[in-house]
Amino acid sequence: MKDNKGAGLKHFLNKESTAGVVFSLPFIIGFLLFMVVPMGISFYYSLCDYNILSPPVFAGLKNYIKMFTDDKVFFQTIGVTFYFALVSVPLRLIFALMVAMLLLNTTKATGFYRAAYYLPSIIGGSVAVAILWKRMFATDGVINHLLSIMGIQTSFAWLGNKNTAIWTLIILAVWQFGSSMLIFLSSLKQIPVTLYEAARVDGANKFSQFFKITLPLLTPTIFFNLVMQMINGFLAFTQCFIITQGKPLNSTLFYTVYMYQQSFEFYNTGYGAALAWVMLGIIGLITAILFATKKFWVYTEGV
Amino acid sequence: MKTKRKIGKIFYHVIVCGLGLVMIYPLVWMVMSSFKDTNTIFTTAGQLIPEKFVFSNYINGWKGFAKITFAVFFKNSLFISVVATLGTVFSSALVAYGLARCRFFGRKALFVAMLLSMMLPAQVLMIPQYLWYQKLGWVGSYIPLIVPYCFAIQGFFVYLLINFIDGIPRELDEAAKIDGCSYYGIFSRIIMPLITPALITASIFSFMWRWDDFLSALLYINESAKYPVSLALKLFCDPGSSSDYGAMFAMATLSILPAVIIFICLQKYLVEGISTSGLKG
Repeated sequence: MKDNKGAGLKHFLNKESTAGVVFSLPFIIGFLLFMVVPMGISFYYSLCDYNILSPPVFAGLKNYIKMFTDDKVFFQTIGVTFYFALVSVPLRLIFALMVAMLLLNTTKATGFYRAAYYLPSIIGGSVAVAILWKRMFATDGVINHLLSIMGIQTSFAWLGNKNTAIWTLIILAVWQFGSSMLIFLSSLKQIPVTLYEAARVDGANKFSQFFKITLPLLTPTIFFNLVMQMINGFLAFTQCFIITQGKPLNSTLFYTVYMYQQSFEFYNTGYGAALAWVMLGIIGLITAILFATKKFWVYTEGV
Repeated sequence: MKTKRKIGKIFYHVIVCGLGLVMIYPLVWMVMSSFKDTNTIFTTAGQLIPEKFVFSNYINGWKGFAKITFAVFFKNSLFISVVATLGTVFSSALVAYGLARCRFFGRKALFVAMLLSMMLPAQVLMIPQYLWYQKLGWVGSYIPLIVPYCFAIQGFFVYLLINFIDGIPRELDEAAKIDGCSYYGIFSRIIMPLITPALITASIFSFMWRWDDFLSALLYINESAKYPVSLALKLFCDPGSSSDYGAMFAMATLSILPAVIIFICLQKYLVEGISTSGLKG
């Protein structure tokens, strides 16, 4: 009898429909436990007056109303974050594409070049690079020293000026163009050589080959990169947190850092939760807008 | 014609090489500075090569803070990164196999959930998860840095492995099934060995991400003996610290060493991961 039961269980577990669920179980549990539940809790808290010290009290849309009517810093951080993302992502993609085009003709040194360009992306998100960046742009840092070698004597405070501080972060972001470059490289290699040959026969020069063949065929890759990096650009945290802390005058205060401050420095947990939900809305909006523009400029095969 | 081509070639290498040097200059500067006498780093910042190489920064930096040496921080980082990576890769492989090879009720919904989890960034979850883990009493321990990853919540890896499994002919599964092999046997005896390259790629990325992870350590670890390297490095730039920049650069250099070593030895896998699935390095 017992044997029979064991065999039955074995048979049950080995049915395709059961096996699929069993294999997917980690994700089912993880998704519920580490994403759905926390998001649910935070949605409730975002509707509450809640700081770490006192228990949450339901307050309706108060946090959201305050955000949009009575929080100048909120709008400022959105402005700063958009500025950062809208400048750094296109710059990074342009650099990535340019260098990918350069590295397309293989020589003996290509492997080495590829490594040199890719290395910054590998370590760019680390704290080590953030503190390095902070020291590079300090008044006595390497940037000012190099400028003085070139004849420009200066002790300009790059991080202290509200026009240049954000650019140190933008440069750091653009510097990490390596992974986009690799993605471009692999899609460039997939463009059939016959297309270029045909274009050459028709008398097209390099310039029009690039704009008529390469660029259109790359648009799906560019689109993918653009979506992922706009989102990531909007979420930058470590760099700002370590290098500028939003200074000076909140001119580099990223949205995520502001959210962190509200929740963990000012202890406005309910308000922080509301900020997180608004951020999700903004990211959804960016993605939706990008997808809406897709049909105007992204080339799709066979249309 | 020939000389013109040669000049063009030289021109090309000069440009590519020059740009490459600009790219790695900050890193070289950091490494070189870590060998300079700490008092001369900023007075000689424009000069790349130190006048004489000193190792005192490494000795001073390694001593760490308040009697906790960097050996402890590195051990912590290594523990977190290795365990979380093993958990991520194994659980992602299970889920990827289930989604790629089994038809079952709810499969489509799970696919959508997986894509959502890929889109939903850690920063949005930062506060929600913190509140939840606080309720569970996990704050202050390594649990939030390790356990969630053992449940395949990083959709990227599942996606990468699904793509790889899709490339394995189904006939292999069918043949094994006819020979009486169960789904679990197929997974462990056929799929796992065949997806090893993808597993390595996923492990590398996971390890590097966990090693660099700063945000969750900042949120959840409050006892300095438990700090990973990323958080310990930040202590160097806290206002109260003595600002020994030599030591700071020395430890920063050591902290990126694992990533650089992985990069040099396993570049092939990294490039593959990026170009096949658009993983961000």
